[in-house]
Amino acid sequence: MNLTIEVNNNTLQASQGETILDVLSRNGMKVPTLCYMKGLFPTGSCRMCVVEVEGRRNLVTACSEPVLDGMKIMTHSMRVIESRKTIVELLLSNHPDDCLYCERNGSCELQKLSEDLNVRERRISGNKNNYKLDVSSTSIVRDPAKCILCGRCVRVCEEIEGVTAIEFVGRGSKTFIDTSFNHGLNLSSCVNCGQCIMVCPTGALKEKPHINEIKNNLSNPDKVVVVQYAPSISVSLAEEFGFKPGQNIIGLMNAALRRIGFNFVFDTSFSADLTIMEEASELVHRVTNGGVLPMITSCCPGWVKYAEEFGHDILPNLSSCKSPQQMMGAIIKSYFAESEGIAPENIYSVSVMPCTAKKFEQQREEMTQNGISDVDAVLTTRELARLIRMYGIDIHKMEPELADSPLGTRSSAGKIFGSSGGVMEAAIRTAHYLITGKEMVKFQVKALRGLQGRKEAHIQIGDLNVGVAVVSGLKNAAELLEEVRNGRDDIHFIEVMACPGGCINGGGQPIGTDEEAVKARMATLYDIDEKDAIKASHKNPYIVELYDKFLGKPLGHKSHHLLHTHYQKREVN
Amino acid sequence: MKSIVQEILKEYPNAGYDSLIPILQHVQEKMGFLSEESVVEVSKYLKMPASKIFGVATFYNQFRFTQPGKYHVQVCRGTACHVLGSATVLDEIEKNLKIKSGQTTRDKLFSLEVVACIGACGLAPVISINGEFHAKVSSETIKTIFQDYKSREVQP
Repeated sequence: MNLTIEVNNNTLQASQGETILDVLSRNGMKVPTLCYMKGLFPTGSCRMCVVEVEGRRNLVTACSEPVLDGMKIMTHSMRVIESRKTIVELLLSNHPDDCLYCERNGSCELQKLSEDLNVRERRISGNKNNYKLDVSSTSIVRDPAKCILCGRCVRVCEEIEGVTAIEFVGRGSKTFIDTSFNHGLNLSSCVNCGQCIMVCPTGALKEKPHINEIKNNLSNPDKVVVVQYAPSISVSLAEEFGFKPGQNIIGLMNAALRRIGFNFVFDTSFSADLTIMEEASELVHRVTNGGVLPMITSCCPGWVKYAEEFGHDILPNLSSCKSPQQMMGAIIKSYFAESEGIAPENIYSVSVMPCTAKKFEQQREEMTQNGISDVDAVLTTRELARLIRMYGIDIHKMEPELADSPLGTRSSAGKIFGSSGGVMEAAIRTAHYLITGKEMVKFQVKALRGLQGRKEAHIQIGDLNVGVAVVSGLKNAAELLEEVRNGRDDIHFIEVMACPGGCINGGGQPIGTDEEAVKARMATLYDIDEKDAIKASHKNPYIVELYDKFLGKPLGHKSHHLLHTHYQKREVN
Repeated sequence: MKSIVQEILKEYPNAGYDSLIPILQHVQEKMGFLSEESVVEVSKYLKMPASKIFGVATFYNQFRFTQPGKYHVQVCRGTACHVLGSATVLDEIEKNLKIKSGQTTRDKLFSLEVVACIGACGLAPVISINGEFHAKVSSETIKTIFQDYKSREVQP
């Protein structure tokens, strides 16, 4: 703190290299932003964050301007406010007037900005553009008419995910965001991660809704409607209902799901345990039999599609395990159907996921048995919240309930799947047992926890020194894989999650998810792990029972048939 | 057989992102337009996402994405032509050929392009068909001009 600046007549300390916005946010002074993205290089293109600096003729963008010693800044002078208001009015000049019907009504940044700046009339009327909806994707719907060209989706797609499925197309007033040759997301390299939805300020990007199909099936008396929810849902759904970020409302959620009319409520953390049984066995098999290493996780459907598109050469490294969602789907329509005496075709299987790519995974043709989908519909966390409200359920008044047995009972290893590093940690716990026959003394692998894009550790398991790496954000994955291609051989097992921080920051999570919320969700997951009695997947008694009664052994014939899959090279442009 | 694009790319060894526009210009010069296939080939060569190349190419007016027709029609929308009614002329041509600017008719006979100024302000409003200028055009003369080109095709 070697600089002194003056903001709105208050003296503040600042460090060399900080931007004006850095200093303002550190001191709790709010300046509106649109194109600004924390952690990425500022572009200063939307000009929402302009401030007045004494001695400067023009307003300067706080996000990109470094502070100088003695700088005198006004953040809310008349000139600044009028300037910001005009920007919003111009953005509104060609924006559709259908807020009431908009997905983002109430969570729209443009709406918020016009409210904050007291925009009360359409002062400027521009030509409305009539771009078509892009509904081609299985996961994401794009509505370019609502796009205000802030560019955050383009940047997250390129700079965080390394996919670049979308880009600014055209020029000047005709600019819009589109895929290569306007083919739509389905034919683009889009991996469906949904991070673009998370950063979109308006309703220009949203998930493909599955709510209506689910409603229809819930009211069909011939269908047994079952639901499973991912490990991270119980710690993120809370925010949709005004609880503090990270609060675990699993009991209330179970109750709400039953009130909606789901006949059975299962926990995907159970099949996460199952995934670990298969995946750890596969790892041990590969390590002891000279199989392809490093092995890479395959739980994340965004990552799997990325690998199919950009990493053909590493497809043999991917674990053949289906993701927990698909394993649960397969088990529901085989083991559960059999034991309950229900025909698989009469089961309508819904999953609640923090993820839009799961909607893609669910409809992959490999994810079927005899022509019946393992999973029939996928809801995001946001859609579940919508469903709960639609059915008039006051989640605050619920009495906590337990999920249905046996597919609702988990170990805490399955629960930490929701966080980047969790799959790896869970796998290490079971692999340790499989290799040495002994449990780990301390279950925690602290080096693999936290929000960093890449985490690495070397773990001594018996005589083996196993090198593991955890990456989240596909750009980080691509960098690590490049190292592996260039001969790095100390890593034996890699966990990849497309979304930074893992599923707790997934593309289906509540809008407005910020770093604090993600940290809170992560802390809750590890807290659950800390307090739980059963900390390893192989000690989950219901998993043991499932193998005894039905599956046989991990990597066995039945497992291979139900729980494993294969991948295909995809040509994209 | 190597594609035309591959032949062109040979002339750009160790090319980086900065070679993108010269390469695209070269491809368009040889092939008349930027096809999807050629953009993908360039994309693989430069290790640059095709969407990014498409973004760059659509930014500039000079790049076309459809095969030009046998007759390439350029409509001048410069200041002089504008004042003398080139907007109506363009409208009329679009109706006549049933295509928009940047498109090619289904029979591949005509393609339409809007240009800023072709330096013939004295002839405004002016259009050029394969380099042949048609001066002081109007909604009426447009019909006869295109009828003329179309009838050339019918006769053997």
